[in-house]
Amino acid sequence: MAEKLFGSAIRRREDPALITGRAKYTDDLKLPNMAYAAILRSPHAHARITRIDTSKAKALDGVVAVFTAEDVEQSGVPGQIPVGWLLPNMKMPPRSLLAKDRVRYVGEAVAVVVAEDRYTAHDALELIEVDYEPLPAVADPAKAAQEGAPLVHENEPDNIAFDWEIGDKEATDQAFAQAAHTVSLELVNNRLIPNAVEPRAALADYDPINGKLTLWMTTQNPHIHRLLMSLASLGLPEHKIRVIAPEVGGGFGSKIHHYPDEAIVSWCAIQLGRPVKWQATRSETYMTDAHGRDHVTHAELAVDENGKIIGLRVHTYANMGAYYSTFAPAVPTYLYGTLLSGQYEIPNIHCRVQGIFTHTTPVDAYRGAGRPEATFVVERLVDAMARKLGMDPAEFRRRNFIPPDKFPYDTPVALQYDSGNYEGALNKALEAAGYEQLRKEQEEARKQGRYIGIGLSSYIEACGIAPSAVVGALGAQAGLWESAIVRVHPTGKVTVYSGSSAHGQGHKTTFAQLVSDMLGVPYDDIEIIQGDTDEVQYGWGTYGSRSAAVGGSAIAVSAQKVIEKGRKIAAHLLEAAEDDVAFEAGKYYVKGAPDKSLTIQEVALQAYLAHNLPPGIEPALEAVSFYDPANFTFPFGTHIAVVEVDPDSGEVKLLRYVAVDDCGKVINPMIVEGQIHGGIAQGVGQALYEGAVYDENGNLVTGTLLDYAVPKARFLPSFELDRTVTPCPHNPLGVKGVGEAGTIAASAAVVNAVVDALAPFGVEHIDMPVTPEKVWRAIQGAGK
Amino acid sequence: MQISLTVNGRPYTVDVEPRMLLVHLLRDVLDLTGTNVGCDTSQCGACTVIMDGEAVKSCTVLAVQADGSDILTIEGLAKDGELHPLQEAFWNNHGLQCGYCTPGMIMTAYHLLQVNPNPTEEEIRHGLEGNICRCTGYHNIVRAVQEAAQRM
Repeated sequence: MAEKLFGSAIRRREDPALITGRAKYTDDLKLPNMAYAAILRSPHAHARITRIDTSKAKALDGVVAVFTAEDVEQSGVPGQIPVGWLLPNMKMPPRSLLAKDRVRYVGEAVAVVVAEDRYTAHDALELIEVDYEPLPAVADPAKAAQEGAPLVHENEPDNIAFDWEIGDKEATDQAFAQAAHTVSLELVNNRLIPNAVEPRAALADYDPINGKLTLWMTTQNPHIHRLLMSLASLGLPEHKIRVIAPEVGGGFGSKIHHYPDEAIVSWCAIQLGRPVKWQATRSETYMTDAHGRDHVTHAELAVDENGKIIGLRVHTYANMGAYYSTFAPAVPTYLYGTLLSGQYEIPNIHCRVQGIFTHTTPVDAYRGAGRPEATFVVERLVDAMARKLGMDPAEFRRRNFIPPDKFPYDTPVALQYDSGNYEGALNKALEAAGYEQLRKEQEEARKQGRYIGIGLSSYIEACGIAPSAVVGALGAQAGLWESAIVRVHPTGKVTVYSGSSAHGQGHKTTFAQLVSDMLGVPYDDIEIIQGDTDEVQYGWGTYGSRSAAVGGSAIAVSAQKVIEKGRKIAAHLLEAAEDDVAFEAGKYYVKGAPDKSLTIQEVALQAYLAHNLPPGIEPALEAVSFYDPANFTFPFGTHIAVVEVDPDSGEVKLLRYVAVDDCGKVINPMIVEGQIHGGIAQGVGQALYEGAVYDENGNLVTGTLLDYAVPKARFLPSFELDRTVTPCPHNPLGVKGVGEAGTIAASAAVVNAVVDALAPFGVEHIDMPVTPEKVWRAIQGAGK
Repeated sequence: MQISLTVNGRPYTVDVEPRMLLVHLLRDVLDLTGTNVGCDTSQCGACTVIMDGEAVKSCTVLAVQADGSDILTIEGLAKDGELHPLQEAFWNNHGLQCGYCTPGMIMTAYHLLQVNPNPTEEEIRHGLEGNICRCTGYHNIVRAVQEAAQRM
């Protein structure tokens, strides 16, 4: 009998290859006769291209070819980068693989060199002559929204990509008119650069005999890339493209999207009839990986005389960058506006979001994608209101939480929360942090001239993305179900084909854990296959904290189908009625006569031999499922950050970080905790260190790891984690997803802590990243 | 230029361009792809190897500078099929997720434990300053180095 593995912190089966250097990432792969590509990128945020001369580059020894937009056009491929989410009345400017007449952000691809080795390819870039006529640029979304701002797309009347709203404006305005108290905040949600440690890469190999392209690439969703390359960029038939995700070194959203680069490399391989590899440098990833966040928001909260929230009003400028990235329109709308109810009963909410084109790198989903921005708005407002009312922030939250008996709860912004116990998680976090004691210590410290701050963030997220019909009605050009085949081989060994595509999450371990329990097959007898469009049936990939909730559920449904088919065969062989046959720990037996039994391995063999199957039952033992979730899942929790601020230097030290999360049932607690750790680090990074900066001319000032501070080990404390478990009521596993929780919660917790620390100075808000300079200036400026 | 060096106990003599980086020699010429490249400004540490007993970022060392040196990479750490205690500890403590920074992280930790066999948590966090991990928040990496220190 197999050991119970669901809930067990077993070490990952992925790791032996990774810790010995044997794992193969894209750039580790080599093919015979392989050439190397390098891409020339615009140094201007906005310019007209008046001339491109590639002759010197072509003449360089070792250069195989140099191509520009003209060559791509002449080849007759569609050559377009598509957008996968449509909003009503949104502008639809085209985006092509290589810029032709005009460049619209620093880093936009202009030409590509293919050479015999990577050094020569990069040398040749410098020999391409491009004449640019610089044009005025705008990087700030609030400025770009104004009349008279330089136009990003010259054929459009303005830079407003879309103007979207949700909630009842009239009712919300009325609530504010009747409010006992209101607070308002001007919030900048700083632009982030994802920084997966493996930069994007691609290796394309084209077989002209079969007309088939094989593309190894850094992807979170190989089937989406295949689909979009077939439909929009390359125009090859879908069955003639094979996309493979080898080992992928992190993504955080940045490897979801269809960028021009991987299609350009593929196109080169097709033109040249030889394999072509491209590996982005870190500098290229800074300029070209879709950035995250970048909101400018005016937000207001209204309460009645009892301190009950009666209204929330939000206006946001969301920076889209120069073009729509793949799912960009969804991020500041349906992944943001719909989350603004947070954990609270708020009867009236209105949110208007204007997506704005600017001369910057496109912005799209980055870990949390819209939900950290929403949490930041809600949790900053809640803290500001608590302070205005002179209430403890924990008490103000308690007063306004949606109580456990009100689920399922319909928010005024379109979601139905299925379950939750928000006060339970808050109380557990307060206890873990020693909240009352901390407040005493804070008081004592202040007397000694030390400034300690305690920040809470009670977050909600909509994960397990997503019910397909729902997202379709909202504009998604994708279904968001997930697939699984569970195949039991004649010997009883099992292969699972999952449409999820891990890039560090440990699916091969967790999925095998759950299959082992369900089928009663030893863990080591189960293989998990993913990340290859020729091996795996269609699937939508890994993002949006969806792999366990949607991908795992698909596996569970398939495993159950296998069990049921096996039951029919076992009943036939055991000469019992199907209803009388139980299945437990890998064994079918007749109820009341446990000696009459067959193992699933024995049944599998009989299923394949097919010598004696019940009437109407096909041979073999496998099942496929395409699982479409009934709803999003709604993980929640409370995080508490404790900081000390040095008022002289402005330095913020994160002393402690306590997180209580509820992600439903937990398959592997070690992996779940790892996800939370990493998520917190990224949220703390946003709060204290990270921020993409563009100058007035649209130059990316923070273009390397030297200028953009990704948190290092010494910036962070050890984290204190706990959890509550409220199972998801609508999927077979009761899991909700955990990949984004830490990031969604952390930035608000840290900023609330800093503002709390500086309360004696009268500081009411500091924009992220909360750098020493900003802290110092806030202290100097407060109360003046 | 012709250079000779030892990598993971094996001698090599190779012809390299004067400008070739050590990391490209390891990866592209010697096919030792365990050492990864994560940046172009010597910040991320993914390419860290041990050169004559010192942890170096192999993207900042020219191959010709490694002439005559003794290099240890992630591929040379396990001996006779036995994982090194650091490898074992990273595995036990979930000290990696995507694994891309891991070879460099382990080699830096290897050097750290050579010079400081019993580091405190703070010393570990400072010792890993030159290595960036985007997945783990470092929490479990610190645990892994602590466990390895105890086992070594």
